Amino acid sequence: MSEILLALKGLSKAYPGVVANSDVSFDIERGEIHALLGENGAGKSTLVKTIYGLVKPDTGTMTLNGAAFTPAEPRAARIAGVAMVFQHFSLFDAMNVAENIALGMENPPPQREIAARVREVSEKYGLPLDPSRIVGELSAGERQRVEIIRCLLQDPKLLIMDEPTSVLTPQEVDILFETLRKLSAEGTAILYISHKLEEIRSLCDRATVLRLGAVVGDCIPRDTSARDMAELMVGAKLQVPTKAERAVGRGVLVLNGLSAPAPHQYGTPLRDINLRVRAGEVMGIGGVAGNGQDELVAALSGEMRTANGMVMLDEQPIGKLGPNARRKLGLSVAPEERNGHAAAGDMSLVENAVLTGAVRQGLTSRGFLRWGKARAYADQIIKDFDVRTPGAANTAGALSGGNLQKFVIGREILQAPDVLVVNQPTWGVDAAAAASIRQALLDLAANGAAVIVISQDLDELMEISDQFAALNEGRLSEPRAANGLTVDEIGLMLGGAHDMEVAHVATS
Amino acid sequence: MIMLEKRPQPSQGWTLATPILAVLLTMLVGGALFAALGKDPLVTIRTIFYDPLFSEFAWYYRPQLLVKGAPLVLIAIGLSFGFRAGVWNIGAEGQYIIGAICGAAVGLALYPMESVFIFPAMVIAGALGGMLWAMIPGILRVKFGTNEILVSLMLVYVAEQLLASMALGTLRNPEGMGFPGSRNLSQYPSAANLELISGSGMHWGVVAAFIAVIFAYIMLSRHIFGFQVRLSGLAPRAAAFSGVNPGRLILLCMAISGGLAGLAGLFEVAGPAGQISIDFNVGYGFTAIIVAFLGRLHPVGILLAGGLMALTYIGGEIAQSKLGLPGGAIQLLQGMLLFFLLAVDVLTHYRVRFGQGEVA
Repeated sequence: MSEILLALKGLSKAYPGVVANSDVSFDIERGEIHALLGENGAGKSTLVKTIYGLVKPDTGTMTLNGAAFTPAEPRAARIAGVAMVFQHFSLFDAMNVAENIALGMENPPPQREIAARVREVSEKYGLPLDPSRIVGELSAGERQRVEIIRCLLQDPKLLIMDEPTSVLTPQEVDILFETLRKLSAEGTAILYISHKLEEIRSLCDRATVLRLGAVVGDCIPRDTSARDMAELMVGAKLQVPTKAERAVGRGVLVLNGLSAPAPHQYGTPLRDINLRVRAGEVMGIGGVAGNGQDELVAALSGEMRTANGMVMLDEQPIGKLGPNARRKLGLSVAPEERNGHAAAGDMSLVENAVLTGAVRQGLTSRGFLRWGKARAYADQIIKDFDVRTPGAANTAGALSGGNLQKFVIGREILQAPDVLVVNQPTWGVDAAAAASIRQALLDLAANGAAVIVISQDLDELMEISDQFAALNEGRLSEPRAANGLTVDEIGLMLGGAHDMEVAHVATS
Repeated sequence: MIMLEKRPQPSQGWTLATPILAVLLTMLVGGALFAALGKDPLVTIRTIFYDPLFSEFAWYYRPQLLVKGAPLVLIAIGLSFGFRAGVWNIGAEGQYIIGAICGAAVGLALYPMESVFIFPAMVIAGALGGMLWAMIPGILRVKFGTNEILVSLMLVYVAEQLLASMALGTLRNPEGMGFPGSRNLSQYPSAANLELISGSGMHWGVVAAFIAVIFAYIMLSRHIFGFQVRLSGLAPRAAAFSGVNPGRLILLCMAISGGLAGLAGLFEVAGPAGQISIDFNVGYGFTAIIVAFLGRLHPVGILLAGGLMALTYIGGEIAQSKLGLPGGAIQLLQGMLLFFLLAVDVLTHYRVRFGQGEVA
């Protein structure tokens, strides 16, 4: 099984100001699962888009099955046998599965036929999916199956998957991997993009590592440690966050039966959440996106008000207080969406420092802003948290996602809150920056603050949490000590039972 | 192929250059329009933009610039707060009318008493009147989520009917021999908003406009309220996260714009106009929207834009009387100004590239 399916030779692509790909060459063999590894901005997306016909390379050639391959558009790539499952799904909530699949076809056959083929493929590859269900009611994992089946109906030779597991529970990941292995055994090559190294180690046959647009190495994931792969990606020694021993204090933030209706049509209501977070403790809250994370953060930040006693800070009810009143009492929050929620993209970093720092840092006096002080504060955040920017006068939107995240987290941490709530602190942040953010959170806890980390990255939560709880449909599970929790137990806490009739892969 | 490429940051240079470019384009296309109307374009443009300032009769026109510019600047400054925060008060014309009615009513009620307190009382009544009128769309939006654009605009027509009713009924001059219109306030010393320096055109409205410019500049650049206004416009979710109460902000912005529009109405009715009449309002409230955007919602910019707009008003009148240009052509010219400004605005946020595009 060493036939070469797709060969890339010297692919380069430059955008004004950035070289996205430079002289990238590697081969994908028939039926192999090939991992494409790299930090954000390493050029993975551009490369994949080149293969899928969305981007035209400046130089370089591709050959598919020995013939020159220059797809001018995705349709040409699909006809040639290349299919892709995007990280963000392009499905219509109001239509059912079969209708959604028909929409992606050139000449869709009648609905009944599609439904029959969907059933056939879903059985064959162990992807349980009912073609008549409305997409809006499906879980993230099921939606992904729709996308995968849509691809499989084209009978592809190469299937590209961009960060497919970021929205799945561990159980759903298992189902997916079974499917991918079966596809691979049948001769379909899979180009698998991810930054989750353990997954790549368990799934992939080979890995190509990109850094700054160029191939910096390849490896056999099974024989390479995750740490070595990470260092290859980052190009430097990786600092693993260290947990310092620390004394755990009394309950600082207490939630008493926190309930709230869904703030908007697609929101999730919070249902009777009870939680006690103590000083010096990191509480990790896991859960698949859309299970009440945003609502919980809003209820903590003060953007959403609740009954007063539902949220207690230092035995003081604060459920009816607004964001600034809570900040004053020592509760700081960093929401998930950096640009537009945690920060205003069109405003300078100085102004963004004022955004939450005004109260605790004394950046106003009698209503007037003290710009000098604000600038000094912004400069301090930039320096202490290694935010890469030409200066504090630059707009927040001009920063890369990771740098803006460092700024946002730094802005809250430097205010020395008693309780810090962060949602997805390292989402889309490169490995080195993620490690430094996690370390900063641990240091804050070591200094006696209570820290709540809400994240979908279970590895991250296991790395830094003392206690772990899971959000599922607006309910929070009983917190458990993070030490010693197994992946299966976590999966069950997350409500991995979205579809537990796991993978009876047809053995043909 | 021409391509637009988003700039990482809005260009500082273009932010300043686009209004000038827009004015030049307006002159160009306006000139073509005048030529099509059978007028010499160069003469017409000169009559509109140059004569009011530098011709031999400029001594008469220059004070008029202040008289026309003051209400525009005053209203536009008020609107700029809301526009920056994403609160679209389109009904300044109505607030201007109600301010004039309320202020004039206070003066007329006290006629013929003479006191130094009468004019200040009228000023307060005018501001409150405009503010209350603006509160209607404000409160409806906050409480029921109605669209303030529609409600404020519709209330302009209500205000116009109210104005007509006042001029014909409640506030009609009892000694006016049945003619519509109130007593002439400019002949009532305690209530008159006369020129402060004779022949300068400078009345209290002009002073108020300058104060409003300075006040707005300080608020927007130095005060937390101005910061919250800008933040709400640029990133509403970030504003809520930062602790801005959106409802309160909407009401404050409506109050400021309505209050200043009401003030402008009062200064106009007590001064240049003199009386409440059916045709008291001449569209300052709508033109001020153009002034606000032409001035980039920046106080100093609004001051300059107000001057420019006043110039087209006066120059337009000269062109009408001297060259027989139709009045509609002048309004077209003013509209064109906003049109071109919005069009060339693209250059502030995008870079223009010439060359081959790629499939994206």
